[in-house]
Amino acid sequence: MEFTFFAAGIVALATTARVITCANPVHALLYLITSMLALAIDFYALGAAFAAVLEVVVYAGAIMVLFVFVVMMLNLNNETVAREKSWLRPQLWAGPAAAAGLLLLALLWALIFGGIEYGGITGEELAAREVGMNLFGPYVLVVELAAFLLLAALVVAAHIGRDDTDQVSDAAARGERVTTNVRESR
Amino acid sequence: MNELSMVYGMGLAALLFLLGFIGVVIRRNTLFVLMCLEIMINAAGLAFIVAGARWSSPDGNTMFILIIAVAAAEAAIGLGLLLQLQKRFRTIDIDAASEMHG
Repeated sequence: MEFTFFAAGIVALATTARVITCANPVHALLYLITSMLALAIDFYALGAAFAAVLEVVVYAGAIMVLFVFVVMMLNLNNETVAREKSWLRPQLWAGPAAAAGLLLLALLWALIFGGIEYGGITGEELAAREVGMNLFGPYVLVVELAAFLLLAALVVAAHIGRDDTDQVSDAAARGERVTTNVRESR
Repeated sequence: MNELSMVYGMGLAALLFLLGFIGVVIRRNTLFVLMCLEIMINAAGLAFIVAGARWSSPDGNTMFILIIAVAAAEAAIGLGLLLQLQKRFRTIDIDAASEMHG
């Protein structure tokens, strides 16, 4: 059977299980990124090389960086330096690094010994050309809908993420939930 | 791509989706809830890729690209809500926003 597919699948399951049982957000993010790399190798083993590249570039590269930004924005106090130091301890990144090393071994196995019997890339390869022709041929209406979705998400994110500290202080003046540390308006 | 490996691929997608669902249910930190939502969306994408590889069709990859667009929109809005939650309630516990007491 496909050795690469199963090795990457087991790594994906193990790292995902660590994500949901982990207390430290940065640690969980490292495991989540490793799980996405494992899924990318699974896509590659299934012949979807374009989807594998997208998974690494867009998912692990862009969306996870958004999560890292938010984690960093949430820790803006004096304990930050001490926490940064504690996050750089080797046992924190040893687990994700070991999982990523296993993935590298599986990928090298597929590339070097990649016969069908030891299972390198078994699926029929689909190039970006066919996917693009599919996207802008029969699926062009769905592409337009995705554009609407992204525009709506942009508007909603700009609306939700606005800086309305004056309204929040009004809420604090009315004795609502917000109690401490609300900056006075701008 | 034979039918057996399609069973394994769909099983992997189902297990990943289940892990993400368990994470959404058991974690109360909003950041972890959002991460588990990403896991579930990713598992759905894996199911599309497996099905596309089974029938040698580019439709699976096409749907995966649209799923990435949905995941990006979800992450942007969810993280914006997370920042507002932190700003207003001084915590990212998702139960703090349970004002409807449902």
